[in-house]
Amino acid sequence: MLHILLIIAMEKHKKYWRENLKYLAILLAIWFLVSYVFGIILVEQLNTIRLGGFKLGFWFAQQGSIYVFVILIFVYVRLMNKLDKKYGYDT
Amino acid sequence: MTVQIWTYIIVVATFTLYIGIAIWARAGSTKEFYVAGGGVSPLANGLATAADWMSAASFLGMAGLISFNGYDGSVYLMGWTGGYVLLALLLAPYLRKFGKFTVPDFIGDRYYSNIARTVAVICALIVSFTYVAGQMRGVGLVFSRFLEVDINTGVFIGMIIVLFYAVLGGMKGITYTQVAQYCVLIFAFMVPAIFISIQMTGNPIPQLGMGGKVTGESVYLLDKLDGLSTDLGFAAYTDGSKSMIDVFFITAALMVGTAGLPHVIVRFFTVPKVKDARKSAGYALLFIAILYTTAPAISVFARTNLIDTVSEKEYSEMPAWFSKWETTGLITFDDKNSDGKIQYVADETVNELTVDPDIMVLANPEIARLPNWVIALVAAGGLAAALSTAAGLLLVISTSVSHDLIKKQLKPDISDKNELIAARLSAVVAVVIAGYFGINPPDFVAATVALAFGLAAASFFPAIILGIFDKRMNKEGAIAGMVVGILSMLFYMLKFKFQWFGGGTEAEWWFGISPEGFGTVAMLINFIFSIIISKFTPPPPEEVQEIVENIRIPSNAGDATH
Repeated sequence: MLHILLIIAMEKHKKYWRENLKYLAILLAIWFLVSYVFGIILVEQLNTIRLGGFKLGFWFAQQGSIYVFVILIFVYVRLMNKLDKKYGYDT
Repeated sequence: MTVQIWTYIIVVATFTLYIGIAIWARAGSTKEFYVAGGGVSPLANGLATAADWMSAASFLGMAGLISFNGYDGSVYLMGWTGGYVLLALLLAPYLRKFGKFTVPDFIGDRYYSNIARTVAVICALIVSFTYVAGQMRGVGLVFSRFLEVDINTGVFIGMIIVLFYAVLGGMKGITYTQVAQYCVLIFAFMVPAIFISIQMTGNPIPQLGMGGKVTGESVYLLDKLDGLSTDLGFAAYTDGSKSMIDVFFITAALMVGTAGLPHVIVRFFTVPKVKDARKSAGYALLFIAILYTTAPAISVFARTNLIDTVSEKEYSEMPAWFSKWETTGLITFDDKNSDGKIQYVADETVNELTVDPDIMVLANPEIARLPNWVIALVAAGGLAAALSTAAGLLLVISTSVSHDLIKKQLKPDISDKNELIAARLSAVVAVVIAGYFGINPPDFVAATVALAFGLAAASFFPAIILGIFDKRMNKEGAIAGMVVGILSMLFYMLKFKFQWFGGGTEAEWWFGISPEGFGTVAMLINFIFSIIISKFTPPPPEEVQEIVENIRIPSNAGDATH
C-alpha cells in the first residue's frame, strides 16, 4: 500500500516537473527572441521599420527587450503559482 | 547655495539615515548575519536586490559608456537585465528550496565534496574582489569631484560607513540600508533625466523623450544625433561598430554572469518561501528596469548636449563645469591646430578633446544647466549605488571565509557566537582590502566589472544549473568544469587585457570575440567538460539524487539552515 502511494507521489512529481520544463522552454524562447534575435541578429533588418523616432531593432536592443523581460518574470510567477496549486505544492 | 554645500547636506543626511538603519537592524545570530533571519518580504527583497545589483558601474558608468558607444552599449542594457530572467526561472526558486546560506554551500552539498566547496569559495572570492574594486573607484570619484576632498580620504570615509553597517548588521543591516539606498539612487537618477527630457524634447518621460522630436525642431532626436555623429566621423549612434558575433557573446556573458553572481544569488535566501523567491526576482527586475530603460535616454541626451556644447566652439567660452572636470584630468583639451576652438572628431590626429565616459552621468546635470541641488543629488545617488553594492560583496567575502571555510571545513564545532565573531572579523579584513583597491584602482569602472561577469559565467552558472537540472551530474564533472571554465576565462582575460602569455591584439581574438564576451565561451567549455567527464565517472550517491528531487518541488521550504 505504502509502495503504491510512493509511486503515485513520484508520478505526480514527474508530471509537475515536465509542466515546469514546458513553461521554461516557452518563456526562454521569448527571452531569446526579443534580445538575441530582434536586438542583435535581425537588428539591421528591423531598423528599416520605424517606431516614432526609434528604429525598431535599436528600440528592441535598448528598450523593448527589457520591458519584455519584466513581463516574462511576472507571467512565470503567475503560471507557477497556479501550477503549484494544481499539484498541491503550494504549502 | 553652491553645489558643494548642497552635496555636503545631502550626503550627510543620507549617510546618517544609513547609519540609523544599521543600528536599528543589528544582527544577533549567524542566521541574521548571513540571511537576515530569512524573513524579508518579497517587495523589500526586490528593492534590496535592485540596490545590491546596481553598482557604481550601473549608476555612474553605464549611461556614459552607452553615450560613447551608441548601439554597441546595448550589450550592457540587455545583458544586465536579461540575466534576471535566467535567475528567476532557473536558479532562485530551487536554491531557496535548498535552503542554505551561501552558493559554495549548495555546490559543496550537491556535489558531496569539500574540494567542490573550496573551488566554489575561491571562485566567489575572485569574482567579488574583481567587482568590489570598481565600486571603490566610484566612491573616490564622487568624493573628489563634489566634496573636493582627496580621493584617498573619500575612499576612507566610504569604507568606514560600509564597515559600520556591514559589520554591525550583516545581511540584516545591509538589506534594510539597501532598501533606503535604492530609493535615494533611483530618485537621484530620475530627477535630472526628467528635467533634461522636458528640456530637450518636451516629454517628461525619458523613455519616450528619447524617441521624440527635438524641442522647436521637426527632426527626431535620434536622427539628429545620428547626423551629428556621422558629420564628426563617428559611427551613426544607432548603428554601432562592434561585430555581431561579439555583441552576441558579450550580451550572453553578462546575462549568464548576472545569474551566477554570488552576492545576487544569496539575496534570494532571505525570503520565507519559494514563491517569494520568484516574486522578488520579478520586483528586483522591475526596479532595475526603471533605471535601465532611463539610462539609454540619458546617454542620447548627454551625447547630443555634449556635441552641441563643445563642437567648434571657442575654448575660452566653455562653461564652468568644463574647467572643473579638466582639473581632475577626466576631460583633456589639446589645441592641436591652435585656432582656439574645440575640434571634437573621430579622427585621432585631428581630435582635440578627450572625455572620460565615467563622468557623463555626473557632468550631465551641469551640462544641461540644472539647479545645484539636482547636481548634489546625483552625487549622493552615485554614493548610494557604490556603497550598497560594496556592502553586498563584502558580505559574500566574509561569509565565504567564516561559514564556508571555517565552519564547514576548518573548525566544524565552532559555536554560533564565535562564528559570528569570525564573520565580523573577516568583514573588517575584506573592507581593508577593498579600501586598498579603492586607493590604487584598476582603470575604467564598467570594464573591470564586465570581466567579473565573465568569471561568474565561467564558474558558477553551469555548476548550479547542472546541479538542479541534471540529476546524474557528479562531483568529478562539476569540479573539472568549474576549474577549466575559470582558468580559461582567466587565461583569455590576462592574455588579451593584460598582455600576459605573449599578449595579443584585437585582430588575434579567437573568432573575433573580445575578453568581455569570452565568458560565454568559457561557460560552454565548462558545460562540455562537466557533461563529458560525468558520463565516464560514477553517478552521485542516492541521497544526493534525493536532494535534487526535493529541490524541484516548491512545497515545505524550511528556514535556511547550516
